Amino acid sequence: MKVKLQHVAHARSGDKGDTSNIAVFAYTPELYPLLKEQLTAERFKAFYAGAIKGAVTRYDVDQLHAMNFVAQGALGGGVSRSLCLDNYGKALSAAVLNFELEVPEALRPQLRGQHLLPKA
Amino acid sequence: MKNVIRIGSGAAWWGDRVEPAALNAEKGDLDYLCFETMAEATVSAAQVRARRDPSFPGYDTYLDDRMRAVLPACMARGTKIISNQGWINPDAAAQRVVYWLKEFGYAGIKVASVNGSLITEHVLELTDTILENGKPTASLQSTLISAEVYQGAEPIVQALQAGAQIVITGRVADPSIFLAPMMFEFGWDPLDHVKLGQGTGIGHLLECGAQATGGYFSDPGFKDVPEPWNFGFPIAEVNPDGSAVISKVAGTGGAITLQTIKEQLLYEVHDPFNYLTPDVVVDFSTAVLEQVGADRVKVSHIGGKPRTPTLKVSIGCTEGFIGEDMFFYAGPGALRRAQLAKKILEERFKIVKLEAEDIRIDYLGLNAIHGDATPKDAPEPYEVAVRVAARTKTREQAAKVGREVDGMAVSGIAHTGKRVPHQDRTREVIGVWSSLVPRERVIPSVNYFVS
Repeated sequence: MKVKLQHVAHARSGDKGDTSNIAVFAYTPELYPLLKEQLTAERFKAFYAGAIKGAVTRYDVDQLHAMNFVAQGALGGGVSRSLCLDNYGKALSAAVLNFELEVPEALRPQLRGQHLLPKA
Repeated sequence: MKNVIRIGSGAAWWGDRVEPAALNAEKGDLDYLCFETMAEATVSAAQVRARRDPSFPGYDTYLDDRMRAVLPACMARGTKIISNQGWINPDAAAQRVVYWLKEFGYAGIKVASVNGSLITEHVLELTDTILENGKPTASLQSTLISAEVYQGAEPIVQALQAGAQIVITGRVADPSIFLAPMMFEFGWDPLDHVKLGQGTGIGHLLECGAQATGGYFSDPGFKDVPEPWNFGFPIAEVNPDGSAVISKVAGTGGAITLQTIKEQLLYEVHDPFNYLTPDVVVDFSTAVLEQVGADRVKVSHIGGKPRTPTLKVSIGCTEGFIGEDMFFYAGPGALRRAQLAKKILEERFKIVKLEAEDIRIDYLGLNAIHGDATPKDAPEPYEVAVRVAARTKTREQAAKVGREVDGMAVSGIAHTGKRVPHQDRTREVIGVWSSLVPRERVIPSVNYFVS
């Protein structure tokens, strides 16, 4: 089934200069391989479209079932120069929660936010 | 040597809440209470303010609030305080702390100030290249406000060794504030990268305060924490090998779980295998997290690699101004009116010859936060604010933004909601650039004051 990433993983963004890092954490170890396979750096950058101007690097931290996306040129030139209302990009991590993943039906019980999942 | 030391967070940034710091001082049974109060542009902003406002003492503007809130409990328990509230004037901040110690009747307390971070006068000689764009740092000469080195834990350790009970610093790396007491209490060698890696990782977990205990975390129905209005700041119970249990004062809201700790572990980290700090290169990839009790997570096996030969320098420069304002629409057709308003503003900016390096007009409620990452099929909002911002060379140009929003009141379109323009709608831009300096060229100095 297709589900939004928010059911599979949680995320937090941080800022340094004009670079935003958006870390994505699988809710369970079994869900992590789905993330690794489907949420590539290329797809991540494409999903954010023009909001990320530079390169995106993905670092996999398998031990934490986490991937850290480092997005250059994502903060409007840097926190102090940015014309964005959210100049720190604190809310930027929420956008990826909308990314659609294919999840085997068998993993449905592991997904968060069951009340918002599509019916089986 | 102590078996375990208890290090608590007192602040994660300048504007942070004071009451959790007081709670940690009173009920955290702490050996150390550490405050982190500086953002990237703090030093440059302080320099600008100091030039304009001779009464500004150059340190954390909430220093009085924070010290009044924690000093009695810290002195009663013997809790030492380490804080980067010194900003551009650690000596004055330390003297102010001495003032409060005397007010509370604590005589003979040694307060240290750590200096040496500010290198504005020499930065163009000491550095070569701007890390962000590869240009020479000399190109910043005409706009330079301030330059500061991120110092490590060593000068703080020196102050503790000299008997300081309170250490006030200027710019040091955030985790170094928390690493210093571990080095001092456990006698770690500054080149023991294994222990310093683990300890710095724990410092990294503490430096953002409530972000380890359930702050910046809740998402209803997905990630809920109890009482998200009542967070406790984290406390690390650190072992001599640097491993630690992260905990908080009982009865506070929030939660310490594998999830809250993981999110903080990678916060503001780029390469998790090589997180550069002045003291050590941290490897978060080997971290082992265990939930060992309610709101208790043990963190161990964070890796460390030898420190680099250079220290990071932050260089603040004047880069013009930003003008910004907003106004509102609601009800059926809110978005179509906002779209016409955007067109009107674009035409008005031509008429008044706004000279801008960049202009952004967004619909708050639709695309002002995520910009180009907003889904194409995002639903039309019932209410929308038109939010406009422009970056300009002069304040006069930036002021045109607010003046044109003023015009939308009677010369705009139907159903325009507006704020009365009391607020300042222009602000100065302080651009921050980075470079590297050989570490041996940075000489820290520590001064002492006694209450």
